[in-house]
Amino acid sequence: MKAILTVQNITSDFVTTFWTPIFVGIFIAIVTYALWPRNKAAFDEAARMPLREE
Amino acid sequence: MNQSQTAKSMTHGEAGLAIVFAASAFLCLLAAAQALDTAFAFHASLACAASLWAAFAIVNRYYDRPAALPPKEINGRPNYNMGPVKFSAVMAMFWGIAGFAVGLLIASQLAWPALNFDLPWTSFGRLRPLHTSAVIFAFGGNVLIATSFYVVQKTCRARLAGDLAPWFVVIGYNFFILIAGTGYLLGVTQSKEYAEPEWYADLWLTIVWVAYLLVFLMTIVKRKEPHIFVANWFYLAFIVTIAVLHLGNNPALPVSVWGSKSYIAWGGVQDAMFQWWYGHNAVGFFLTAGFLAIMYYFIPKRAERPVYSCRLSIIHFWAIIFLYIWAGPHHLHYTALPDWAQTLGMTFSIMLWMPSWGGMINGMLTLSGAWDKLRTDPVLRMLVVSVAFYGMATFEGPLMSIKVVNSLSHYTDWTIGHVHSGALGWVGFVSFGALYCLFPWLWDRKGLYSLKLVNWHFWIATIGIVLYISSMWVSGILQGLMWRAYTSLGFLEYSFIESVEAMHPFYIIRAAGGALFLIGALIMAFNLWMTVYASEAEMTSPVALQPAE
Repeated sequence: MKAILTVQNITSDFVTTFWTPIFVGIFIAIVTYALWPRNKAAFDEAARMPLREE
Repeated sequence: MNQSQTAKSMTHGEAGLAIVFAASAFLCLLAAAQALDTAFAFHASLACAASLWAAFAIVNRYYDRPAALPPKEINGRPNYNMGPVKFSAVMAMFWGIAGFAVGLLIASQLAWPALNFDLPWTSFGRLRPLHTSAVIFAFGGNVLIATSFYVVQKTCRARLAGDLAPWFVVIGYNFFILIAGTGYLLGVTQSKEYAEPEWYADLWLTIVWVAYLLVFLMTIVKRKEPHIFVANWFYLAFIVTIAVLHLGNNPALPVSVWGSKSYIAWGGVQDAMFQWWYGHNAVGFFLTAGFLAIMYYFIPKRAERPVYSCRLSIIHFWAIIFLYIWAGPHHLHYTALPDWAQTLGMTFSIMLWMPSWGGMINGMLTLSGAWDKLRTDPVLRMLVVSVAFYGMATFEGPLMSIKVVNSLSHYTDWTIGHVHSGALGWVGFVSFGALYCLFPWLWDRKGLYSLKLVNWHFWIATIGIVLYISSMWVSGILQGLMWRAYTSLGFLEYSFIESVEAMHPFYIIRAAGGALFLIGALIMAFNLWMTVYASEAEMTSPVALQPAE
């Protein structure tokens, strides 16, 4: 029978398998998106948003 | 006259909610009659009265309103719903003063224990959670709800979603505060720091919070702007994460459904781990992400400059999201928590330094080309100094999470000093700045009643913070060093009570700092009151100060 909710189980199921590389991959994709030169104009426009309202 | 004049009828929401509240009134009356303890009976009676009031208020509102609900737009411009924003802005000011005053009282109790009055209701143990909840959840929470409902409407160019729902959120949240606060005074607590309210208050907060999430999300869904402004990302992270934390930390089994006492599902070190996963992420997502959202809207608005870098905001936002959730174990150094988990918590806390400073740099550099405004506009100065305190507190935090540093700092006043440099300097000042902006906007005034009073508030509160945090640094390090001092024979050099005695002067300085902070808030409340009620002729501050040439 499988023991439930021990620290060892939680950690062996999650931390030591895929989650670290998946999260790192997602984060790298986000940074790439943020720094992609073609997106610069749209971001600069978004930064002015509070000044454009009314 | 025309087809738009349809017959008046209750919406499903109005009818449904009125029925639910009427039923709830009966249920609460039953609970009050069945109650096993007086505190539960008192809370059930309060809930009964509140449910009755809510049912009547909904029906009355229906009779008073025109047949058609307020339009989403008037002449192509969004018809903003600012009533709930005004309500929570006023409540924020009220709870802020209450919370600071209780803080001053308990600070004085530590210096002069006679101020406990030998009564259970006024003892430090009951007033301390009253203070922390009042300033964090009542003051901070109302500031966050008010500003989020304001910012999401303005930056989405859309009216707040729902008709009764926004009112349900703001009034329901403040009712939760009332239940939690009176509960502490009566001795009702589940003894989890920053999560003291008992099971029934937790259930109510869950309902209110889901409504909050839905109102916020639906407003974003109906937005007229293609881009979701960065502040809304931070607000959303705050709302979603607080929901997850609240559910994770509070699964409890009541001893009886008619009593206030419950037991938490988690036991032993798992409970401690959950508690500080909750506790530290409440700092990260309530006191950081939510208030960063305020920074990202109100500083550009007040400085009339665009956000320094949208790219930086995206990167530091996601870095905070990915890192913060692991930092909690640094609250449990040298405990039964496994060593690897302690080291993990420490490592992630140190890494958090970078995304935190990303936010600080972005807020500061938004002033590029507008630095001169710091001299002429005390509101902007308050906002910018808050960001400076954010930078200091998020540098100190990672430092204190390092295990060797923590072995000196933990359980000492250093922690209290650190928390207050963040709470008074960052959260307090950014909230004050936002409220100083919001009141004239909400009540359609040209400006604040008096900028001179804002200046007084700024300096009095700043001196108060400096007194507070420097006295706690000295006292904390002194305390830590006294506890670890050994004689040449290997005995502890000081008894515990000697270290308590040594704290006395610092406790007095700390209380003085807190008193100054409270005085500043009272000046602010007067200023905001006059902004709303004084006639234009009485306004003492010029509409816009001109920078010197």
